[in-house]
Amino acid sequence: MPVAAFPDLIPAIPEIYLAVSAMILLMLGVYSTGKQTVRTVSYLSTAALFFAIPLTVMVTDGRMVTFGGLFVTDSFAVYAKILVLVSAGAAIVMAQDYLERQDIARFEFPVLVVLASLGMLMMISANDLMSLYLGLELQSLALYVIASFQRDSIRSAEAGLKYFVLGALASGILLYGMSLIYGFAGTTNFDSLAEVFKAVNGTEPHLGVIVGIVFIIAGLAFKVSAVPFHMWTPDVYEGAPTPVTALFAVAPKIAAMALFARVLVGPFGDLAGEWQQIIIFISIASMALGAFAAINQNNIKRLMAYSSIGHMGYALIGLAAAGSAVSAEVRAAGIQGLLIYLAIYMFMNIGTFACILLMRRQGRMLEGIDDLAGLSKSNPVMAMVLAVFMFSMAGIPPLAGFFGKFYIFAAAIEADLFALAIIGVLASVVAAFYYLRIIKVMYFDSSEEEFDRPVSRDMKSILVITGVVVILFFIYPDPVLNGAELATSALFPQ
Amino acid sequence: MDGLLREYLPILIFLAIATGLALVIVTTSYIVARQKPDAEKVSPYECGFPPFNDARRQFDVRFYLVAILFIIFDLEVAFLFPWAISLGGIGMLGFWSMMIFLGILTIGFIYEWKKGALEWE
Repeated sequence: MPVAAFPDLIPAIPEIYLAVSAMILLMLGVYSTGKQTVRTVSYLSTAALFFAIPLTVMVTDGRMVTFGGLFVTDSFAVYAKILVLVSAGAAIVMAQDYLERQDIARFEFPVLVVLASLGMLMMISANDLMSLYLGLELQSLALYVIASFQRDSIRSAEAGLKYFVLGALASGILLYGMSLIYGFAGTTNFDSLAEVFKAVNGTEPHLGVIVGIVFIIAGLAFKVSAVPFHMWTPDVYEGAPTPVTALFAVAPKIAAMALFARVLVGPFGDLAGEWQQIIIFISIASMALGAFAAINQNNIKRLMAYSSIGHMGYALIGLAAAGSAVSAEVRAAGIQGLLIYLAIYMFMNIGTFACILLMRRQGRMLEGIDDLAGLSKSNPVMAMVLAVFMFSMAGIPPLAGFFGKFYIFAAAIEADLFALAIIGVLASVVAAFYYLRIIKVMYFDSSEEEFDRPVSRDMKSILVITGVVVILFFIYPDPVLNGAELATSALFPQ
Repeated sequence: MDGLLREYLPILIFLAIATGLALVIVTTSYIVARQKPDAEKVSPYECGFPPFNDARRQFDVRFYLVAILFIIFDLEVAFLFPWAISLGGIGMLGFWSMMIFLGILTIGFIYEWKKGALEWE
């Protein structure tokens, strides 16, 4: 019997490091009994997540495949991992005060976030359907738990249960699709799958393969909450504790979107004709639903849920362009637009959720849009910052959100997807209504009581950093643009 | 065909021994042991619940916790058996993979122990 060679562990060092830190933090939390335990574990978890960023950058040197082809790291993975790690770290920082005030501060929370991030890194680095599934489940299981972290609240428990049941259904669909792909292609490895489908290029692939791809897309669409697999999003976003919602709106979406791009462009790249129309459909449906369903919402977390559905629709335009038959440059432009969009989406969302977390009066958390009335008088700085994020979400130049949409629509037009680009612009006009309504409530409605002060230093710095990035993106966009370009080049080897 | 059947001979022997042993144990306990049946003793018993009952009834959530903890370590053993059999063929990679797996499970075990999940009261 052949003895398997020991795999090269270096490409996976960030993941190994995060797994070990999560376990050490768990032991630290369970063994120390002091009052400061939760805070200590929380700070250490954030530090662990942020320290994983330089580690990720350092270990990656071109495309590296290890663990017998199960694991890959390249500049695409580095780009997506940085976004995931930043947003997960920010979520822990934002959560600390909230959890303490709600009396649910437990050291398990940051540990679970670290474990979820580990799952997301695995998803991004997956080079095989099996490792894809393992990463996805590690991420999802940790997220199901933190969705119901406020377990005395019936709505939080409902959010966790709903997320779990629907997530399990999506995993089942995904697994079924994978088994079909394995049955018809004979392999689960992305590189081998790409070779198999290259060989049949030009001819119609077997129906089983198409059904398998459709199921895989359905499973992944659930994870990025694209219509028609979005049903869980508003309820889960509303029920989960607000900092958890902030995490849900950013990190898992980025990871799942990166995975989506890697799976469709890599192994199924030669079947783009089959999947492009599905992506176009879910993109249009998501943009339309995100625009129209949010109009009637009065709860700001629910509104953000629909807004995130809409944003995923825009991001999917980039993926649709990546399935274009025009030329390799156009396909690359689609992925590049998608990656730029995700980075900008991350900053806008973290900033907005930081504002939502500051909405409290006399220690009571508020979630109604009406509660923002008169904010411009009682707290002009916060009103201005939130207005900036809302303008950016609506895509008003020169804020960052405009550039995100600009690159996406430019890619769509190059890919001859005119209808998609036009519908996207129309949907963003409709969506502008509810973003602007928040600004109107803040600036023109009669003043209510002030929100609680003081604002903690952590929250202030998050607001300042995200605000500055969103406002000044147009002056110095190079880090994001170059990073996205480098990341895209990894998916399209010359 | 003959060769194939012969390969299953050990299983047949195993079945025969198992059936025989079970029969011997049950009959000897009937013959040798003192029998004093009463209603509680002869009624079937399963995990503290009457076996035939409405499934939609409340039960202590601690049963659920114990069941989950049981499943984890049950699976661990299910992995250990094939690992132990094929240890010669899977080399250092196989050995260390299982050691890491056991280490992670041990961390989980320490956590549940410290958290008091193993205490009934």
